[in-house]
Amino acid sequence: MKKFINKGQHFMNGNYACVEAAILAGCRFYGGYPITPSSEILEGMSARLPEVGGHFIEMEDEIGSIAAVLGASNAGLKAMTATSGPGFSLMQEGIGLAMITETPCVIVDEMRAGPSTGIPTRVSQGDVMQGRWGTHGDVETIAYAPNSVQEMFDLTIEAFNQSENYRQPVFIMADQVVGHMSEKIVINDPDEYHVTERITRNSHDDSMTVFDYSRDFTPMFLPGKGFHGMVDSLSHDERGYPSNSPEVGDMMMGHLLGKIRNNRDKIVRYEEFMLEDADIVIVAYGILSRVAERVVTDGRKNGLKIGMFRPVTLWPFPDHEIERLSENAERIVVAEINYGQYSHPVREYSRIPVEEIHFIPAALPSPEAMLRSVLKSPEPRAIKGGVSK
Amino acid sequence: MPPSFTGFTEKKMEDVALEIEYDHPKSRYLRTERLPHIWCPGCGIGIVLNSYLEAVGKSGIPAEDIVLVSGIGCTARLPGYSNIDSYHTIHGRGIAFATGMKVANPALRVSVISGDGDLFNIGGNHIMHAARRNVDMLVICVNNFNYGMTGGQHGATTPIGSRTASSPYGSTEDSFNLPYIMAALGASYVARWTVLHVRQLVQSITRGMKHRGFSFIEILSTCPPNFGKDNNFPSGFSEMEHYRQFCTVDNTANLREISIDFLAKKPIVLGEFVNERRKTYHEREEQVMKMAQGDQQ
Repeated sequence: MKKFINKGQHFMNGNYACVEAAILAGCRFYGGYPITPSSEILEGMSARLPEVGGHFIEMEDEIGSIAAVLGASNAGLKAMTATSGPGFSLMQEGIGLAMITETPCVIVDEMRAGPSTGIPTRVSQGDVMQGRWGTHGDVETIAYAPNSVQEMFDLTIEAFNQSENYRQPVFIMADQVVGHMSEKIVINDPDEYHVTERITRNSHDDSMTVFDYSRDFTPMFLPGKGFHGMVDSLSHDERGYPSNSPEVGDMMMGHLLGKIRNNRDKIVRYEEFMLEDADIVIVAYGILSRVAERVVTDGRKNGLKIGMFRPVTLWPFPDHEIERLSENAERIVVAEINYGQYSHPVREYSRIPVEEIHFIPAALPSPEAMLRSVLKSPEPRAIKGGVSK
Repeated sequence: MPPSFTGFTEKKMEDVALEIEYDHPKSRYLRTERLPHIWCPGCGIGIVLNSYLEAVGKSGIPAEDIVLVSGIGCTARLPGYSNIDSYHTIHGRGIAFATGMKVANPALRVSVISGDGDLFNIGGNHIMHAARRNVDMLVICVNNFNYGMTGGQHGATTPIGSRTASSPYGSTEDSFNLPYIMAALGASYVARWTVLHVRQLVQSITRGMKHRGFSFIEILSTCPPNFGKDNNFPSGFSEMEHYRQFCTVDNTANLREISIDFLAKKPIVLGEFVNERRKTYHEREEQVMKMAQGDQQ
């Protein structure tokens, strides 16, 4: 039985890196439904989980997948699923259930061109706002945007850890290229990774209710241990009992939102590239940040004072960082593979006008194309044959 | 301690009432602080709750091992009144949630108790696949022939011709025949009872809980304020009376022919239709684990 992948250098694609990272992070349940471009995660899990005593089940659809994941997580296992836009849409109600019941889990959404079935095999970053506001009601989400196979590995472990720390679903919003691209990654000895174990209560403790709204974290109770707990999708009090009271609802919401808002600095991650003296700041995430990195390097060679800001967590939004950058920069240019989504929160926090570059979903632009677009700014780029702004 | 009536005159009435309530035989299985429940006068769901708790006691299964899962609707509130680990999930997804729970921890004894709308309209896909997989769980479907909580609209279990809030001219769709569907899907225990047939119901729930594999029990219930009022059952009693007059028990009935039609005054066939043993999802998964772990040794 091979528990963990060998340490050392590997050449693999992002989806298999995600599988190995999940096994290492302690994931022991996968419930999923095949969908391009994430299917290799499902396939990889079907082979790897039984080897480590974990449970794999291919559910009847994505709605069933997220429900099974939440059931398994409530039963005490670290659990995950992976999907793409159409499946992520179907999972949104279940994601709300995970939020209100404070059920940890990891959901990988590999973005492909949408809307609807769109172009299944091609890249997009069209789900980033869905990762923020996809489910109904007020939520604070945590979403990572890996830009390499290495990050697909590292951030999968971090996603599991944060889902345990904050008892809520965590998204890995990879794009199709990150999932399917094969490149070199370095994997360390399993002991060198920090893995947050599930903290649970084993038996009934009268001094403890199912939830505790005065603290950011309450240990979960597990069924079958005599706790007699109640978990409800309705607004509930600390005992888990449903309530129509606006005051109880407000207490619960204050807790659910507060546990993320209060710990924002511990969750937000970003990367700054050649920003020290940059007049032009490109904001890019996911695979497009790899293109932007090259644009910055090439631009610097040509004497441009240009740099890149890359959110590693799309959500919570790096608001302070954008505010700070906008104090010194002359231009802020948000580049993304959609028709303008992440540019909106950037504009909300920037003190200078924010420019947008939209790349057509389904095609990764060349660095030359991006540089041309950046230099053409501030005139918004008209998309040939498509939507012009 | 049993209530003592000997010192009655010395005690205040309220104290005696409290003592009696505390010693109610089901109170240890109930979240008594959550009572009174939300169900309407004449509703049959309370009988199902009582029957289920009776069966828990009879089954010999420790209540601590049991998990109750439900979706959304009137019946889905039932687990919340029982003092058993309970999960009130989202509309239609109780069985998928329970599947994940049972697969993750096979030691749990999982029951899903929900309504006809939750299990067979919005949740139809999940019950179909859980039965096919033979996940070891008991599913109790309380059938009141309509969407009660939203005010009595028609659904897939509404008998043809019935008037509801959304079929004011009478339902024009054929309804599901639940035991027939569940037997065809591979459920290894299938039964149908009504809230009038409490003895048989308790026995059937006890069997379903102990049965290894996917068990399904349809319980025909009463819903006077929503379904009954426009369909000749103005009270819970009148629907009970209909069950008393028209129900027959036939364990070997041809399931194809046991659909429900109130208007035609068709006999309602009850019974324990399927009770067989086949490999559960868990037993098959254990084989997979052995194969996977053997390969690496």
